[in-house]
Amino acid sequence: MGRYILTRLAYMATALFIIISLTFLLMQLLPGTPYSNADELTDTQIQQLNQKYGLDKPLAIQYAKYIGNLLQGDLGDSYKYEGRSVNQIIGERIGPSALIGMQGLIIGTIIGLILGVISAIRHNTIFDYGAVFLAVLGMSIPSFVFAALLQYYIGVKLGWLPPALWDGYQNTILPSIALSVLVMATVARYIRTEMLEVLGYDYVITAKAKGISSSAVIIKHVVRNSLIPVLTMMAPLVVSIITGTLVIEKIFAVPGIGEQFTNSILINDYSVIMGITLFYSVIFIAVIFIVDLLYGVLDPRIRLDGGVKQ
Amino acid sequence: MNFKTLKSFFLLALFALLLAGCNFSGSSEEDSDDTDDSNQTNETGTDSAQVLNLIEDDNIATLDVMQANDAISNNVLSNTFEGLYSLDENSEVVLTGASEHDISEDGLTHTFTLRDNVWSNGDPVTANDYEFAWKRTFRETGFYAYQFVNAKILNAESISKGETSPDELGVKAIDDKTLVVTLADVNPILPDLLLFSPFFPVNQAFVESQGENYGLEFDQVVYNGPFILTDWKHDQGWTYKKNPDYWGSDSVKLEEINVSVVKEESTTINLYDTKKVDRVELSSASVDSYKDDPNFNVENRGTLGFLRFNHNNEFLKNENIRRAIDMAWDKEGLTNVILNNGSAPSYFLVPESATSSPAGKNFRETNGDFTGTFDEAKEFFNKGLEEIGTDSIELSILAADATDSRAIAEYFKSQVEVNLPGLSIEISVQPFQRRLELEKAIDYDISISTYVPLNTDPISYLEMFVTKGNFNRMDYSNPQYDELVLKAKGEIDLEKRYEYMLEAEKILFDDAAIGPMYQGAVSVIQQPYVKGFVSHPALPEYGYRWITIEGK
Repeated sequence: MGRYILTRLAYMATALFIIISLTFLLMQLLPGTPYSNADELTDTQIQQLNQKYGLDKPLAIQYAKYIGNLLQGDLGDSYKYEGRSVNQIIGERIGPSALIGMQGLIIGTIIGLILGVISAIRHNTIFDYGAVFLAVLGMSIPSFVFAALLQYYIGVKLGWLPPALWDGYQNTILPSIALSVLVMATVARYIRTEMLEVLGYDYVITAKAKGISSSAVIIKHVVRNSLIPVLTMMAPLVVSIITGTLVIEKIFAVPGIGEQFTNSILINDYSVIMGITLFYSVIFIAVIFIVDLLYGVLDPRIRLDGGVKQ
Repeated sequence: MNFKTLKSFFLLALFALLLAGCNFSGSSEEDSDDTDDSNQTNETGTDSAQVLNLIEDDNIATLDVMQANDAISNNVLSNTFEGLYSLDENSEVVLTGASEHDISEDGLTHTFTLRDNVWSNGDPVTANDYEFAWKRTFRETGFYAYQFVNAKILNAESISKGETSPDELGVKAIDDKTLVVTLADVNPILPDLLLFSPFFPVNQAFVESQGENYGLEFDQVVYNGPFILTDWKHDQGWTYKKNPDYWGSDSVKLEEINVSVVKEESTTINLYDTKKVDRVELSSASVDSYKDDPNFNVENRGTLGFLRFNHNNEFLKNENIRRAIDMAWDKEGLTNVILNNGSAPSYFLVPESATSSPAGKNFRETNGDFTGTFDEAKEFFNKGLEEIGTDSIELSILAADATDSRAIAEYFKSQVEVNLPGLSIEISVQPFQRRLELEKAIDYDISISTYVPLNTDPISYLEMFVTKGNFNRMDYSNPQYDELVLKAKGEIDLEKRYEYMLEAEKILFDDAAIGPMYQGAVSVIQQPYVKGFVSHPALPEYGYRWITIEGK
């Protein structure tokens, strides 16, 4: 196990290095300058600014310098926000994104589980059709449509919750619900399909024959064994939702990181683009790693290091 | 079992951590506001709370006067700092930070007597604060200080080239209250140029005590304007409070302004409808549903939308072709149907919002429109084709990847191709940054451009098209035009100067150098209880000090 983890860590570091290098090179292909008033600046002034920020140096030197700073944990300073470091920007903006993401994930998973289990147990009944209908709806309608509807009906018409802004806990509820829809639909569909398959396995029939109560059979044997494929597809979903979603954040005016990322690409804020890409990559790779470890917990048959022990 | 409890505990802890780290803008603050409000109502009867709620679509880029180069930062600084001159509620330039402005006979030495005012930390505002601030801009950002070159401050040009030391800049504090500014050449519009943030004073002792941190947070700045910032949550919003120490604070009624950053237009409208914000700008898509609202209003801006013609292009080199293209489309249709945001058609360079001459001569009334009919356009076009010796030409129009530009390009194409048989237009849509690069490199045929002037003096439009000018970007060159603009920039007789400018615009259109499109405007809805909100046609965008909240 220990050796497995070590090898994986080495792979992760290599992957990160490749991502950083590629992003750095690709970024050079973006047209324009990172200066917000480039429209007014003369060519001489732009040259002088490039000199100040070291953008006039050869690419190799810029790259070496960036990697050097990175190894010391310094992601550089933003070009747009004079004097603000990328570390600070990510630190300030990840909180709101992660909060609504986590809440959306929790709400979505719980409802999705319930819907999936019900439709599997009551297969081909009205409950099943209802749940499948909800899941298809959730998969096919984009989340920003839900967001706009929630904002208008609950925020404006009914006035139950604030329509947008970020002043208190009640502001997190609508964005979380909007985010949860996709999670709910995905989880429900996977659980249903998987459970229908597992329900027919011999060990389920054996368990029933042993006289175990049907709720215990469902929870201990069926649901647990249906979770593995769900877990596989949950990993990327978790990452994309926790690290912020541009549209939902924009609609509810959440000061999150997804919005910042898109904006920094539009205005060529090089250091912010690099910093956030790196940050996303680290989280993504880490989550995949954790999921791989969780497989072993859910299904003891899966042995990560070859399974010769025991 | 163990694993399960561990997992739920871990999740719970993570969740709590997130909540704690989330830094909401504090409901406790709101509570205290509420109590303030009720106290006020008790004391004065029916008065409304003097609190205004606004929206901006981006964060403040910087609070350092010398770094600010975007509209939002400039607006914040103009309401929290005060320079020698400011705009009044009618957008006229008036002395504020100084009480007197004496000009020597040769027009080169300007002596300002400062008004008694204090910084928000209690220090008096002195002439030295101005001298320090101006020289600091050069010391820290040298090349960035083009506004000082525009203002013709002595040695500004040679300092920005690195030939002279910043200490040589033509500004000197004679004593605490007297500031002497020396110019390299006479400048009739010096007061208009002094409105911008690089000319504001900064408190020397405070700036030096903050070092590199100056201007990074709201409390790392001291203010001398009508308002001070009391909160700034990056990317989320900021709060102004009335500055009780400001010399004119008696006339400022508004106690507080809360600004939230919201980028999605439908969200801003929903916030307006729930009265969470008091004023919202509308894009053309939503203008129609609010047009008949009594709180709907159109505010004119000095912005100009126009077509740049590449004067090196083999076809556009021809004056008749340029003139024909400019005349061959319906600009009223453009502003009423395509833009639909209150913009007005433009058949000229200097828009209607430009300042009149001191004797009251209005630029537009004097020079009129430069336009013609579609038939005339066809005649010019055929003449041009003959001169070139061809019967059809193909041109491309460069548009930025934005809803407005794309729509303009398509509308333009559909009109000129019909009205000028033989002309075919190809639309080239480019990302914003790429469009700018192509335009600066003059690598286009026709380009859809906008110009946002720093002030509304006609010269700020006219100086765009001098030979090799930074904003020319189409290789237009006419020595006569250059000479008139140069004369206008150095003429103290303001009526004469106005004549030069009128003449220059005529030359520009004799040459059919550009294709004007529209004069910009914004459509807004504003809650009826907000009175005295001032929108200026150029920078700074807004003045808050005359606002009152009545009958909320």
